[in-house]
Amino acid sequence: MELLINVVLLGLLGITAIAILTTRHLFVATMLAGGYSLTSAALLVNLDAVDVAFTEAAVGAGISTVLMLGTLTLTRRREKVKKDFRWSPFLVVLATGALLVYGTVDMPAFGDPNAPALQHIVPEYIAGTRDDIQIPNIVTAVLASYRGYDTLGETAVIFTAGVGVLLLLGRRREEDEEAGTRRPERDA
Amino acid sequence: MLELFLAKYNYWIVILLMMTGLYIVVARGNLVKKIIGLNVFQTSVFILYISMGKVAGGTAPILTGRDEIFSNPIPHVLILTAIVVGIATTALGLAFVVRIREAYDSIEDDEIDDAEKQDMARDLEGRLP
Repeated sequence: MELLINVVLLGLLGITAIAILTTRHLFVATMLAGGYSLTSAALLVNLDAVDVAFTEAAVGAGISTVLMLGTLTLTRRREKVKKDFRWSPFLVVLATGALLVYGTVDMPAFGDPNAPALQHIVPEYIAGTRDDIQIPNIVTAVLASYRGYDTLGETAVIFTAGVGVLLLLGRRREEDEEAGTRRPERDA
Repeated sequence: MLELFLAKYNYWIVILLMMTGLYIVVARGNLVKKIIGLNVFQTSVFILYISMGKVAGGTAPILTGRDEIFSNPIPHVLILTAIVVGIATTALGLAFVVRIREAYDSIEDDEIDDAEKQDMARDLEGRLP
């Protein structure tokens, strides 16, 4: 049953991705991207990653959709249709995909309990969470304790991005015109 | 045959999603569409990592006191970080799109390219006596 849900949800994700590729309406693409994130959150629950699933549902399907919609209101809704189909991107993508499929040949089977990734440090973290940290959620223990510096670095990244967004959007148009950096001839 | 298919199915679909995202980033000229493609790519990488951590018959890595098999918690932690960093890059990218639109009145890469060329030509003209 678990495997069936997995297969169906992944199929849905594939269909959504193709739909995002083919649609020319940016609003539709944004909504499909939100649905894509939500479907992947459901899939992540099925793959036992509950913490990741609710972060993905909140951040991927929620905040990023809101940001996209905000951008669309400030820009435009439709994508320009280019008639000419160019082969070079398609071939590059095809070649990369073929290489990656070739790479999966050596990967352990899905759900394999003897996979190398499970052998090294995972048993120590599980035992350590039970004996030393003594909270039920192993993911929280690893995130905030064993890999606490990673999380600190992550907040630094978010801070930097926030400062970047403020620097880009904080300046008002009038100031730009005074400074001459805005090009008034292209004002529509 | 079915067994082999199911053993690699997750990875193959992930590769399909990844390549769809990459194709959108490379082949589509619209900047918002490029960022959506980047998000599709990103989510597919999340699924790849989480799929590698899944153990058949395992449960979510939360201690209940009973003796259970847990899926690998380390990919979960990595991906939690990646999701948050992903939204940060998306926000920054979209801010750039808004600024580009303000400066060039377009979010299509070929139009921006043309405008850039015109600007360069004008700047060069202005410099001549």
